[in-house]
Amino acid sequence: MSFAELYHALSDTSSTSEKVRLLSEHFRTAAPADLAAAVYVLRGGKVERALSSKQLRELCAEVSGLPLWLIDESYQIVGDLAETIAKLVTGGESTESNSLARWTEMLQPLRQLPLDERKREVAQAWRQMLEHERLVFNKLLTGGLRIGVSRGLVNKALAAAVGVEESLIAQRLLSNRDPATMSLERLREPLHSESDLSPYPFCLAHPIEGGPAALGSPEEWLAEWKWDGIRAQIVKRAGAVAIWSRGEELVSESFPELVELARCLPDGTVLDGEIVALRGGEAADFALLQQRLNRKRLSAALLASIPVGFIAYDILECASADQREAPLGERRQRLQEIVCKLSAANRALRLSEAVPFSSWQHLDELRQAARERGAEGVMIKALGSPYGVGRKRGAWWKWKANPLTVDGVLVYAQRGHGRRAGLYSDYTFAVWRDGDLVPFAKAYSGLTDAEIREVDAFVKRHTREKFGSVRTVEPRLVFEIAFEGIQPSRRHKAGVAVRFPRILRWRRDKPAEEADSVVSLLALASSVRASGREQT
Amino acid sequence: MTREPLLTVSPAGLYCPKAGVYLDPWQPVERALITHAHSDHARPGSKSYLCHHTTVPLLHARLGTSSGQVQGVQYGEETAINGVRFSFFPAGHVPGSAQILAESDGERWVFSGDYKTEDDGVSVPFEAVRCDVFISECTFGLPVFAWRPQTEVFAELHDWWKRNQSQGANSVVSAYALGKAQRLLGHIDRAGGRVLVHSAVWAMCEALGFDMSGLERASAETRAEGALVVVPPAVLGGSWLNRLAPYSLAALSGWMAIRGMRRRRGIEKGFVLSDHADFKGLTSAIRATGASRVLLTHGYTAPFAKWLTEQGVDASELGTSYGTDDGEEQ
Ligand SMILES: [Zn+2]
Ligand SMILES: [Zn+2]
Repeated sequence: MSFAELYHALSDTSSTSEKVRLLSEHFRTAAPADLAAAVYVLRGGKVERALSSKQLRELCAEVSGLPLWLIDESYQIVGDLAETIAKLVTGGESTESNSLARWTEMLQPLRQLPLDERKREVAQAWRQMLEHERLVFNKLLTGGLRIGVSRGLVNKALAAAVGVEESLIAQRLLSNRDPATMSLERLREPLHSESDLSPYPFCLAHPIEGGPAALGSPEEWLAEWKWDGIRAQIVKRAGAVAIWSRGEELVSESFPELVELARCLPDGTVLDGEIVALRGGEAADFALLQQRLNRKRLSAALLASIPVGFIAYDILECASADQREAPLGERRQRLQEIVCKLSAANRALRLSEAVPFSSWQHLDELRQAARERGAEGVMIKALGSPYGVGRKRGAWWKWKANPLTVDGVLVYAQRGHGRRAGLYSDYTFAVWRDGDLVPFAKAYSGLTDAEIREVDAFVKRHTREKFGSVRTVEPRLVFEIAFEGIQPSRRHKAGVAVRFPRILRWRRDKPAEEADSVVSLLALASSVRASGREQT
Repeated sequence: MTREPLLTVSPAGLYCPKAGVYLDPWQPVERALITHAHSDHARPGSKSYLCHHTTVPLLHARLGTSSGQVQGVQYGEETAINGVRFSFFPAGHVPGSAQILAESDGERWVFSGDYKTEDDGVSVPFEAVRCDVFISECTFGLPVFAWRPQTEVFAELHDWWKRNQSQGANSVVSAYALGKAQRLLGHIDRAGGRVLVHSAVWAMCEALGFDMSGLERASAETRAEGALVVVPPAVLGGSWLNRLAPYSLAALSGWMAIRGMRRRRGIEKGFVLSDHADFKGLTSAIRATGASRVLLTHGYTAPFAKWLTEQGVDASELGTSYGTDDGEEQ
């Protein structure tokens, strides 16, 4: 089965076991170069984008002989550019060269070429493919497969293909991300040579639904603040340092102050924790860290104005020994010793303090006030548990503070993509200011399919104006919008920027006139801020 | 001097003022000429109906008309009404489907109803009729719709059936009871395993006098393993299919060409097979009529009219109520 066929077979099935079967079968039979490329792209690896969406549409018009507006009309209906182009460029003939490794080889250096040549290469490639191949090629070209295959699933299939433990595969892949050097043989090699700087697979927490009462006695649990930063591991072995994010990226270069700090750790140490931006020496919310991440160049001024810190909450390797089987209580002790030694000299490293609580009720109150400390909520971890791999249930729970919410009015709707192609499923919501509606948030998720269809029908019947794929609709529908953060912002019309907005529910009971106003938004923003740390 | 148009859209439907008759009206009228028996074209309540003779029993079955109410004609046969001559030509859409030619004072208008240009093996194939004005459907009037030959599609469907069989699962195919179902039953290998037919599809086949040898009528109590089961789309989501588990579900429709549409409907397997013409089919059929004016109904009328205009064809949209529930399960 070629990679293109694998892609279609994977997207045709909803059965997880069938997906794993297809993947491991492919891994077993693919040529080494194709295997490496497949693992790379299936785990979310990207090919640098050689042509913008506009350039691709123009090239499609050129190659197909169809007018650009008709390409765009078609795209509106299909809802996926890769698929649209795959269909509109016709008459291709498949050749031997349509292997995934060839494609990634061809695409990777494409960006270096002048535009004309890039276009010529892509057009030529299109003509040498059949529709189902062209679609997958275009997916790579437009930035990723998005196929509903998680990394965990790829690991599972690889483990089955190679015949080793899943956790070993996960660990191998973390440090071995260069597609050129990936092979089944390397995946079989033993772990952690001295100079190897690979991290361990991260233990992930589950949201605790319905509260922690079912967890039993509070004494068996450790509570910590849930920090709002980047999950990371600091690895120090044989004098060298690496910092890995949970996204399995090597991020050492972005955080020179943490590299500096890690150099002081004893050899054979791996810490798990959170990278946070510091404001006045205290952890701030993600918005501040984002500002630093947005900059390409790390100037001395930036490092001074937005310093970062590492809040350590676990130790996975100590004196070159794997600690993951030790119970959390023991690991905390070891962690405390190491961190305390260092944090006296370097304030960038700190221990994630235990949050003392007497009862679940008490912890609930603390959780509700988490935002005042720049935290998102609390973490609850079983003191007797080993360090798990991935999303194993039961040992780590996250309990977020209730989201901030306002009631907004639907004012714009846009056609969705993918599963929601052709349906008006992307919405902009507004709140009142002096009798006008001011947009403040865009949200895509939170409604059921049936509700989306209902809103879609409403949008079509109550359109005021159309601009391309966007429609202005009569302001009648009210939705409760939840978000994780809110900040005053001069760049936003409503005077605030909200983070991670999502639709909580459809307020069918509320007429538009009773939706919230800018005043209530601003009040929310200042309540979060006033109770937070001092501003600089 | 401007002539009154031979056909025009009125509140009750497509109307011929000179003859005083309607074509596929969406409201009850005195006299209706019907292109085919799909529910967006043949609606109940009119006094009398004129259609191709294959369609006559279908109207009785679907609209509950009596035999005195419906008159059948052959393809090519002329019927004069108030000086306007009407004749029916094959549309290749479903059994009995027709295009209607209206001729008066040397002017020829053709209403296509629904049509496709590929010979489906169960309907009389489409025939282009020379005319001055062509009222054409364009359900799939975008270039992303390009059909593969049906032999390839049915070969794929067979492989799928065999694969399910080998896993002990039934293969359920949702297909519109009139047209798609017969096309499927006409092409599959009936010796390849048990072939079960839902009673709604069965009734339509019987009304058509379709060859039913080797087929079994299925009820909600039927149990089977490895069978091919042909059901109308309305059955999906209900409990009818429960006893046939485990099964794999597929749909046969032109919409299956688009992955998003397939996923939205929760259909595992989509076979792209339509009883409407694809973009190329529409364009070539329109050219073959030699019409100097083209009016468009069904589907992507606005972009398709713009496209034809850029190709030098005088084309515009015609507002109608067709295209809902038109045999493509939209
Ligand atoms: Zn129709
Ligand atoms: Zn029809």
